[in-house]
Amino acid sequence: MGLSKSSIGLGALDEGRVLHKKREGDIVAALAGNPNVGKSTVFNQMTGLRQHTGNWAGKTVANAQGYASYEGQGYVLVDIPGCYSLDAHSAEEGVARDFICSGEYDVAVVVCDALCLERNMGLVLQILQKTEKVVVCVNLMDEAEKKQICIDLKKLEERLGVPVVGTAARDGTGLEELYLAMKERAKAGEGAWHGCVGCGYRSDAAADAQRGADKCICKYGCRHGGEWTAEEICRGIVEYKDKEYAAADRRKDKFFTGKITGIPVMVLLLFFIFWLTIVGANYPSGLLHDFFLSLEDKLIYGLSCLGMPVWIREMLVYGMFRVVAWVVSVMLPPMAIFFPLFTVLEDSGYLPRVAFNLDKCFKKCRACGKQALTMAMGFGCNAAGVVGCRIIDSPRERLIAIITNSFVPCNGRFPTLIAVITMFFAGMGAGASLGAALLLTGVILLGIGLTFFASWFLSATFLKGVPSSFALEMPPYRRPQIGKVVIRSVFDRTMFVLGRALLSAAPAGILLWVLANFEIEGMTMLSRLAGFLDRPARLMGMDGVILLAFILGLPANEIVVPIMLMAYLAEGSLVEVSDLHALKQLLVNQGWTWATAVSVMLFTLVHWPCATTCLTIRKETGSMKWTVISFLVPCVSGCLLCMLFHGLVSLVIKL
Amino acid sequence: MAEKRKNNVGLNTLKPGEKGRIAGMALGKGIGEKLQDMGFLQGSLVECAYRSPFGDPTAYFVKGVLIAIRSEEAGNIYIEKEAGTEMGQWA
Repeated sequence: MGLSKSSIGLGALDEGRVLHKKREGDIVAALAGNPNVGKSTVFNQMTGLRQHTGNWAGKTVANAQGYASYEGQGYVLVDIPGCYSLDAHSAEEGVARDFICSGEYDVAVVVCDALCLERNMGLVLQILQKTEKVVVCVNLMDEAEKKQICIDLKKLEERLGVPVVGTAARDGTGLEELYLAMKERAKAGEGAWHGCVGCGYRSDAAADAQRGADKCICKYGCRHGGEWTAEEICRGIVEYKDKEYAAADRRKDKFFTGKITGIPVMVLLLFFIFWLTIVGANYPSGLLHDFFLSLEDKLIYGLSCLGMPVWIREMLVYGMFRVVAWVVSVMLPPMAIFFPLFTVLEDSGYLPRVAFNLDKCFKKCRACGKQALTMAMGFGCNAAGVVGCRIIDSPRERLIAIITNSFVPCNGRFPTLIAVITMFFAGMGAGASLGAALLLTGVILLGIGLTFFASWFLSATFLKGVPSSFALEMPPYRRPQIGKVVIRSVFDRTMFVLGRALLSAAPAGILLWVLANFEIEGMTMLSRLAGFLDRPARLMGMDGVILLAFILGLPANEIVVPIMLMAYLAEGSLVEVSDLHALKQLLVNQGWTWATAVSVMLFTLVHWPCATTCLTIRKETGSMKWTVISFLVPCVSGCLLCMLFHGLVSLVIKL
Repeated sequence: MAEKRKNNVGLNTLKPGEKGRIAGMALGKGIGEKLQDMGFLQGSLVECAYRSPFGDPTAYFVKGVLIAIRSEEAGNIYIEKEAGTEMGQWA
């Protein structure tokens, strides 16, 4: 369901290994399994939490915990990253292996994909060698049914000797049975179900201990979990009734990854999403603005009834309320459209195809194609994107992905881009919105281009090395649950980002008010600061206030625009807010031109990662040096880019 | 794992739609193990599904899953081409 409140920012990091039991008798259950089998969906359904889900391998890169109860029994569920085996090859698989091997749980639920049970069985067998406290959950049974893949769960249970439950976690089918199986298995404890992996023979634990052998006494003489291969376990259990079950996916892949269609379709999709966002946001933006405007007089009236002095009234309403109204009406509609659209793309299974299409380019820059996935996460939140880099096996390539992640505009910066574009480049009419979408696509493509360039540059300088391997699973396409996606992304993500913008805008507002109202030697501190920053900012085609806003926006990029507005307002020019275009008028009055707008966009795209991202980088790399480099690389590129653009524009104007 | 034998060819020589059975691989420990975990086991049937727009990597259909790998790795996985390669389902 896309990134959510708990999976972005610092929430994206591990919750640690401390288990939070509510009662003594609570069962601790670990959800293990191959990537993209639906562990997080099972987790979300059971706990009611909203872990990041989507149709690609590697969304979950850290352990998450949740609490569920069923028929009076409490369960502490731990959602662990997916892994193909217990031999860890990447950081995220290491997190999974450490937890599975720690044994700090009462039962391990190994979630399997019904569409490729045999491949999943390898991990089941490996985990069975470590512990017998296992419940096998065969998920995606609904999809298997649709593709006419039949699985004999009873027979599988007999062969494995541990409970096997079939589920369709998306709609909650089979979860009751899963609860019961987990309870039964956990209460039984180690050794009680001494089933033989492979033949299903259930021996008496005491007798086994007496024999002192790990050899099973079944007629096959097999060792527990040792002798049977995944293929043998699944023989005769899985039946593909329709040999052409992948035909529909085949046709889609021909289109989405075709030699001629692949890349253009990718760019067009991006463009289409942006266009929908810009066009769709226009109307509700106006509505919201009118609504807030109608409140203004009532607020003033209400406050005067309370007997507040005029200056407080005006500061609250014309200062804070007006900024809040602008932020909400400018930022909310595009986010409420863009996030659901992007989540639909994520749930459909298209993202891994993007990584597949672009891997050659990343390889040329001596980086990894999976970087495309971490970039996609960066669209949501750069901190989450940085943590997401755990899916990249090679440490060198992972560092490159971490350092370049902030070249993709996140949640906080994206609305700024859209707002500036809508104000300065999208007039009315269909043609204008197409132009605006084209411009936004261009900006994003520039960000992607810069990512390639920076990756190449890093590979040639600080992080020399050869490209390592690339192995990525391409999941089947899935129809996204559109209704759910819309509700979740609006309430979870949009409101979160907006809330953060408003929350951090309030203290920034007070700071600005102080800066604007206290004077040193006859000049307000704000004008002093802005004046001090004005010279370097002019070189980049901006002004001191803009640069100050970017600097003060370090804690959260969402507040750059609010700070800019407040600072301009504090300098005294109260404008008539007749409609949304008044915002543009305010900026134009401050000397903004189309070139300023472009510079601001460029600098929004590339400046420095926000404070949360920096902290996350520090935590993920464990090194101050790489954190500083991650800060400097986009910072220097942004300054250079803006200076270059400004220089070119002044040159053209002079000619 | 088995060494390269006479009639074995690299997986990268398969064209989209062709199939082969894995005879062995000569890959480093890390990636070799990972690919085995992902289903590239000796004896597994592999079908070349399609290539990326730039010609590399290539997606292979193995054990019911599509997995994309680069030509460097594919070249070090040796297969026996299935006789009379009828067009597979990904052709």
